Amino acid sequence: MIAERLGLLRGVIAAVVVLAIGLAVAMLSVLPPDSALHVPGYVVTLTGKYLCYALLALSVDLVWGYVGILSLGHGAFFALGGYAMGMYLMRQIGTRGVYGDPILPDFMVFLNWQELPWYWYGFDNFLFAALMIVLVPGALAFVFGYLAFRSRVTGVYLSIITQALTYALMLAFFRNDMGFGGNNGLTDFKDLLGFNLQSNATRAGLVTASAVALAAFLLACRHLTRSRFGKVLIAIRDAEGRTRFLGYRVERYKLAVFTFSAVMAGIAGALYVPQIGIINPGEFEPANSIEAVVWVAVGGRGTLIGAVIGAVLVNFAKTVLTGAFPEIWLFVLGGLFVIVTLFMPRGLIGLWASVARRWHRPEPTTRVPALKPMEAGE
Amino acid sequence: MRLTAASKLLVIILTLLVWASWPAARGDSFDDAGVLLAGKYPEIEQGVALLAASGDPAAASALQALSAGQLLIGPDKALYIESDDGTLVTARDGAKIEGERPAGLKPVKVNNRIRRAIEAAMGQLTLLSSDPAQRARAASSLFDNPDPAQLAMVDGALRQESDPAIKLLLEQARAAILLATPETTDDDKLAAIEVLAARGDQKAKVLLSNAAATGSTSVADAANAALAKIERSLALWSAAQSVYYGVSLGSVLLLAAIGLAITFGVMGVINMAHGEMVMLGAYTTFVVQEVIRTSAPGLFDYSLLIATPLAFLVSGLFGVAIERSIIRFLYGRPLETLLATFGLSLVLQQGVRSIFGPTNREVGNPSWMSGSVDVGGLALTYNRLWIILFSIAVFVLLIVLLRKTMLGLQMRAVTQNRRMAASMGIRTDWVDSMTFGLGSGVAGIAGVALSQIDNVSPNLGQSYVIDSFMVVVFGGVGNLWGTLVGAVSLGIANKLLEPVAGAVLGKIAVLVLLVLFIQRRPRGLFPVKGRAVET
Repeated sequence: MIAERLGLLRGVIAAVVVLAIGLAVAMLSVLPPDSALHVPGYVVTLTGKYLCYALLALSVDLVWGYVGILSLGHGAFFALGGYAMGMYLMRQIGTRGVYGDPILPDFMVFLNWQELPWYWYGFDNFLFAALMIVLVPGALAFVFGYLAFRSRVTGVYLSIITQALTYALMLAFFRNDMGFGGNNGLTDFKDLLGFNLQSNATRAGLVTASAVALAAFLLACRHLTRSRFGKVLIAIRDAEGRTRFLGYRVERYKLAVFTFSAVMAGIAGALYVPQIGIINPGEFEPANSIEAVVWVAVGGRGTLIGAVIGAVLVNFAKTVLTGAFPEIWLFVLGGLFVIVTLFMPRGLIGLWASVARRWHRPEPTTRVPALKPMEAGE
Repeated sequence: MRLTAASKLLVIILTLLVWASWPAARGDSFDDAGVLLAGKYPEIEQGVALLAASGDPAAASALQALSAGQLLIGPDKALYIESDDGTLVTARDGAKIEGERPAGLKPVKVNNRIRRAIEAAMGQLTLLSSDPAQRARAASSLFDNPDPAQLAMVDGALRQESDPAIKLLLEQARAAILLATPETTDDDKLAAIEVLAARGDQKAKVLLSNAAATGSTSVADAANAALAKIERSLALWSAAQSVYYGVSLGSVLLLAAIGLAITFGVMGVINMAHGEMVMLGAYTTFVVQEVIRTSAPGLFDYSLLIATPLAFLVSGLFGVAIERSIIRFLYGRPLETLLATFGLSLVLQQGVRSIFGPTNREVGNPSWMSGSVDVGGLALTYNRLWIILFSIAVFVLLIVLLRKTMLGLQMRAVTQNRRMAASMGIRTDWVDSMTFGLGSGVAGIAGVALSQIDNVSPNLGQSYVIDSFMVVVFGGVGNLWGTLVGAVSLGIANKLLEPVAGAVLGKIAVLVLLVLFIQRRPRGLFPVKGRAVET
């Protein structure tokens, strides 16, 4: 009972910490540049980026850590959300583009297109775009999940077809004919809801929005996984067949969580794009999706907070290492995959829990769900 | 303008005259040409035509010299050719002029117009050359640029020609010229259409559609009928070509996937570093070729034969090392295996990038792998043909290994019932290592073949790993024959969709179809039946 409450408390603490960091960075960045506490712009961007990655990691953890669906295609949902936001931002450029066309984005003028393709309609409206940010990844995940879970594609097979999904999308978005800017993607954004994207205040606002989103989803996921619903999810993870025989419609649970998680990833992507200033088909790359999985693995899967910590730590290491020694970054990342799976199956959170337990040996708690190896053939 | 027309007419008349008096004119053409070449440009042009009409091999060298400005003419209108080193020969018979040069030698004037005339004339001359290959080339070039003025020339050449293949080419050229000439009678045109219909390629199609647009109704009808016929046969050939490309792509996929069919299909290990095993094989080929290039250039043609076993060893040893150090701790945990091996693939890629650099490495084709052979309307390149044969050989070898050897027997025993196999005294660890090593080694061999048709870069493997998984899953896990069928049918499906949907969309379509297929039949085309399924 106490443990339960402690766990809930921990979720709230994590959400508060995330919010506090986001707000602090945002507030300090709008201080005058000569102030001692001023945070430079690149730190703001980096923080925003980490927060978005953390949200993506959270979405992966929800399906992988709690339902056992190892999705190697969450990057696709992230990118789709990003593209939806990018399309809105493109429409906002208006006549300020290189070619000054009031309707058509630059790349369409460049490709000699005469009119806007139908799927670009409505993206000049923020509400519509926001709806699409949720709907497009959600709908894709729903259809894909419906087909996959209904025919009981599980385990490695599911991983591989999710990877094929993002791979196919990457190939598709690389095409100029698709009308999403091809190779170069969408970039050169000017403003969002009328706020200039280059200004410090807007950047501070975006970081705050990312922090709020992350904190909110952290709480939502914590709530979800602690509910009855969440218990069923964990049951599915640990013994899918048994749960089914107990009378639960396993496919529906999986489908619901998978779709919800895809929406989270899409929102993360939508927050990511205005801060980074570009979205291109490279985001669909299968390696990106797998990288998100390793963030979760490093932090500790099935812990939610672990996903956030893992995403931030790994990306911080990436920022530092790719700056200082670009050669060794891939060695480190690759090594992380191997070391985490071999020696730290429960990630940093698990490590910390076992260290803490050794320190002051309280009665064994079930705070960190014990992870059983997944059954492959089920 | 008028001058041009007039001179052209004159050329025709002269040509006809020359032809009429063939072969008596032969000896005189140089004298007559000499007179003309001493004159102004229009006359020089006529001289060129005259020389061309002679069909004399010496005329060809004279014209070439003229084009290069090395044809000299004396006051007696005798022609000489001056070579680059200053020696002088007579144009008529190539006899060397020793000692003193004849006085008053002047180069024959030449401008671009003349050069063009010479170029056209060379076509005619080579039509009468004694070298069959040159005649065939000339006939084809005439077919490509049918010039009504050269009809008589072609007729003459046809009368002389004895080689049936060249004769056919000449007839086709004649048909092309006839169709291009407005004055041709309908009967001639109909005959020409028949000839072109028999030829039946893209060029014939162009000529025929011109004829259909310009000729009388009967000609147009015949041309349209011939066009339809050609279209049908072209469609057939292009479908056959697609199938060939498909089989070729399928053989590449098979090579890339067959190692995976062992590690994933037989052992159930998800090896995301499989592509990197392929890459290591390709880089082994590169190293072998480098060593050969620097120390024994004569062996270059054997480089692939040397590289194949080495690649097998290199990738195989890496495979055994990976199995011993990582994978064996993760048996029964496929998702963890997937992550760990993915990490490994990053390390291997970066390792190769650090050692060999990030750019593509040049791996050469041995001479026996370059070139192609035409079969009907198909162009079969040798390197693709060899890869098809190679992949079949690897496949057969693997089947034999699995069915007929002790190692194969033990592998199958361990896969079907690990504990029982262990109780029978099989060292299951050792068999696991060997199986993984075998799968990786085969991937290395695939790398040798892929180095011949793809860029050898650190990313080489990445592009194949998803495809390979698709092939194995599509064919049915644990079934080498399924892998074969899966690879070939995926290859063919890809190449058949390509002309319809474009390369990228075709590939996407195949991926989507595959994903849908896996939904319908999660265990692939040829699922393994029996108890093994349950474990």
